This record gives sequence, C-alpha cells and structure tokens, in this order.
Amino acid sequence: MTRNPRRADFPLLAANPDLHYLDSAATSQKPRVVLDAMREYYERDNANPHRGAYALSARATDRYHAARGRVAQFLGASDADCLVFTRGTTESLNLVASAWGHANLREGDEIVVTALEHHANFVPWQQVAIARGARFVVCPLTSDHRVDLDALRTLVNPRTKVLAFNHVSNALGTVNPVDRIAAIGRAVGALIVCDGAQGAPHLRVAFDTLDVDFYAFSGHKMCGPMGIGGLLGRRAILEAMPPYQFGGDMIEFVRDEESTWATLPHKFEAGTPNVGDAVGLAAACDYLDSVGLDSVLEHERALVRLATEKLRAIDGVCIYGPKPSERSGVVSFSVAGIHPHDLSTVLDQDGVCIRAGQHCAQPLMRRLGVSATARASFYLYNDEADVDALVRGVERAKEVFAGSELNENELVPCRGAR
Amino acid sequence: MSDLQELYQSIILDHNRRPKNYGSLDEANRSAEGRNPSCGDEVRVELRVADDRIEDVRFTSAGCAVSRAAASIMTQSVKGKSRADVDKLFEQFHSLVTGKVRPSEQEARALGELAAFAGVARFPIRVKCASMPWHVLQAALRSDAAASE
Repeated sequence: MTRNPRRADFPLLAANPDLHYLDSAATSQKPRVVLDAMREYYERDNANPHRGAYALSARATDRYHAARGRVAQFLGASDADCLVFTRGTTESLNLVASAWGHANLREGDEIVVTALEHHANFVPWQQVAIARGARFVVCPLTSDHRVDLDALRTLVNPRTKVLAFNHVSNALGTVNPVDRIAAIGRAVGALIVCDGAQGAPHLRVAFDTLDVDFYAFSGHKMCGPMGIGGLLGRRAILEAMPPYQFGGDMIEFVRDEESTWATLPHKFEAGTPNVGDAVGLAAACDYLDSVGLDSVLEHERALVRLATEKLRAIDGVCIYGPKPSERSGVVSFSVAGIHPHDLSTVLDQDGVCIRAGQHCAQPLMRRLGVSATARASFYLYNDEADVDALVRGVERAKEVFAGSELNENELVPCRGAR
Repeated sequence: MSDLQELYQSIILDHNRRPKNYGSLDEANRSAEGRNPSCGDEVRVELRVADDRIEDVRFTSAGCAVSRAAASIMTQSVKGKSRADVDKLFEQFHSLVTGKVRPSEQEARALGELAAFAGVARFPIRVKCASMPWHVLQAALRSDAAASE
C-alpha cells in the first residue's frame, strides 16, 4: 500500500517508514519546515528581544513580532496584540482562571464547565472556585457524549460568571457547537472561555467572529514545537485584567512602592519571550495553510470513518463519542476483556502508537463508567495503512488474550453510544 | 517465545482472568490504595496483620492485566510473611521486572509464580504496572492500624 506522501515532510516519519503514529491528539509530529525555521532563527537572528539597543536584538524583536502576527492571522484574529504567547493551553487557561478569576469572582458566583473537559480546563476553575467561594458546576453529557445543551440551559443562570468548555474533546474527539454553547452563557453575561487545544490543529478558528472571550491553544498539537501556545482574548477584557506573572518585559515603571504595566500583549508575557518557538509556530501555520485546514479535516474524518467501520466489525469493540461527522480525528474505544494499557503494549510491538488511559479527563471517564480507554488519533500525515495496522493489532491482541472473557470484576462495560 | 508471549504468559493471563484473594477482607486492620494517574490503574490492598505477620490479604483493582496479575500473585506470595520478608521479596521481584538480574534456577524456584514476570523487563514502561501492587502493600503495612479502620 502506498503511504501518505506528506510523511516525507516530517523527518521522524520519513525516517521510520514502519511507524504508525496515532497519537497526534497528544502531540503532532513536526514538519521539516518548522525545524528549519527554528534553526535558521537561532543561527541568524538570536538575541534577547525588546532589550538590546543593537541591530541583532532588533532583528530578534522583529522575528517575534512577525511570528505573533502570523499566528494571530492563522487564528482569524485581526488584533495581534490580543494574542498572548504562553507555554501552551494549560498555561493559557490558568492565566485566565487566575488573573480574571481572582479579580472578578465573588462568593456566590458560579462557574460552569462541561463533563467533557480536559483537566486543564477543569481543575483551574475548580480551584479558583474554592479560593473565591464560588460554586463549581459540571454540565452533563448526552448519551452519545456531546454537551447536553438542555441541561446547560438549566444550569446557567444570572449567577454564572464563567462558562468554560472545549472546542473539541481530547478524549473522544467530539466537536462542540461553540456558538450555541457560547450563546447560552452570553444570555446571562458570563465570561466565555474556549479550550481550543484540539480545535486549532483541525478546524478553522475565526476568532474575530467567534463568540468567545478567550480561546486557548497549544502549538505542539498543530505541527509547532513544544513549549509554545497562546491565549487569544478580547482587548477590553485583557486591558482590565491584572497581570498573571510579574518580572521583566511586562512592566512600564517600577517604583519602590508600586509598578505600572506594559501594554498588551507584553503585560502578560513576563520574562524573556520564547522567540525560537514562536518562529517555529509561525512556520507551522504556514505549513498548515499550504495543506489547507479544510482538507486536513476531510482527510482525518475519512480515516476516522474507516477506522470506526473496521473496529466496529470486531467482536467486543466499543467506540465512544458521537458519529464521525461530529468528531475530529479521534477514535476512542475499548475491547472487551483487554485493558487499554495491555492493548497499547500489543500494538506497540507493531509500531502502532496509541494513547491508553484517562486522557487527563477523569471526570469524563467516571461518567463513561470506564477506568481508561484506548485512543487512536489521526492527522494529516496518517493513511489507510495506519488504520489497517491498528485493526490488525486489535485482532492480534484478541488472540493474545483469547479466552479472557469479561469477569465480574472487569470495569469495561460497553456504554458507548455506537 | 516472542517478547509479547513472554510478557503475557498463561500464568499472568489466568491470574488476570481469575484473580486470587480478590475482594475485601473481614477484620482487616491495615489497608492502602494506590493509583496511577496517567493510565487509571487503581489497586486497594487490605490486610490482617498480627505479630508482624500477614495473616490474610485481599485486593481489588481496576487496571491492566499486568497489574492485576501482579497483585493476585503477590497476595499468594506474602501470606504469613513479615514486613521485612515483604521488603526483601519485593526487592527480588523489582530486580526481576527491571531486568537487573537474571535469577538462577534456584532463585526462580524460590520466587514461584512471581518469576512469570521476568518478561516485563523487555517492556520498561510496564514495570510500574507490576510494581504498583507491591508499593500499595508496603504502604498498607506501614499504615496505622487505627487509621485504616
């Protein structure tokens, strides 16, 4: 079978023709153009930006500024100063929960999140709720593991100050209807926070017209390097918010008694900025645009449909989440009598990399009634050979565990929607 | 035998399917729970200890075949043993699963069914699955009798 020609763009995949990398929801592989851009920055323009009054430092500043503009443009944000670079989605969400939450939440206020959330969009809100005496509310899911909008309407009320939810579920791939969810929060004036870690790599984000106040994302899941991501926010809200961290680069004047803050986005970027990774992320945006996000999603969905069909035909396989057309490139499943961790070990023997575990989503796992699932996630470089290897591996695992019928203690009931 | 067959030997698969000493223990006076947050494995061990001897032991778990079988075989191996015995046995077991030592025939005989876990050494990321029940057992042995009731 001919492999996906895009594998040639990714040095790790090109060097490992037998590898079946199905864990892009955890982190994507990196195209050569991204690695080259970073190397080129360090070899030609590296200096500490915003500081030195010399030409090299000015070049580094320019590169950083240009990278911000490119990434903002990729995400449909015309005001690039409203893109704060962070280490990734986790830091972005902590920034909002901490800086906005501590300044604005009062006793009796409510924060609503959904049961689909990654811990990064769950725990920061839970903790700021505890610290501020606010109520933390978790919106339930429908039987096919989508956010239950009817339940959300009853949970959101005038005391709701924050509504936080993901664009796409990392554990199941469920694509949430952002505008419909946001509208429920807007009706009561809540802050709308969207975790886009699994959205930005696959779906076109038009931040200017998207009805959310904050959109958080990670570079490393969208072909960029690890260690950089961002937070897009509305200018008025960002300007009114206190800083998240203090130090160099984020100040205007420092007096002995008090300090004032730099303008956006620097107010939220204390310390030496991560120019090298920002340059890499900008190159990742160029790469994704050259492929076209629409064709990325179309390609993933075709593979998800194929994998879903083939896996479902295997006796004992249970697939979680909604139908492929309402999902991004994720297939979350279990095999009766085989723990996902054991399944992953068997697949690994054939070079098939999947994630097995809780996917940083313990609240969701509890509601699915499982302790773990197996997750295969597809991206633009995957192909049918990857699907076939996955399916062969599952069949092989069934042979290894032949006769391992479910016993009474087994915690893997099939409660998948389809 | 392939690495996979060596890992998933029939002894391990049998203990996974029909674990020994599974459930809760009446009159337990020590207990502990352990969790591996990355994969979701959970193990609970309950003990009845008298005069520094494990009189009886039960476990419950939600986890992979390796961790469940390790817990099951562990419970068989530690009945009647003291805390020092358990520490020593775990040390031998840990050397085995990390591949630090290849046990002699005599040592393998002394390990009994625990020797079936030698195959784990080829799968470094699974060492913690095999070791976790032992850490929980050790925590249970150290737990305050009154606090665990």
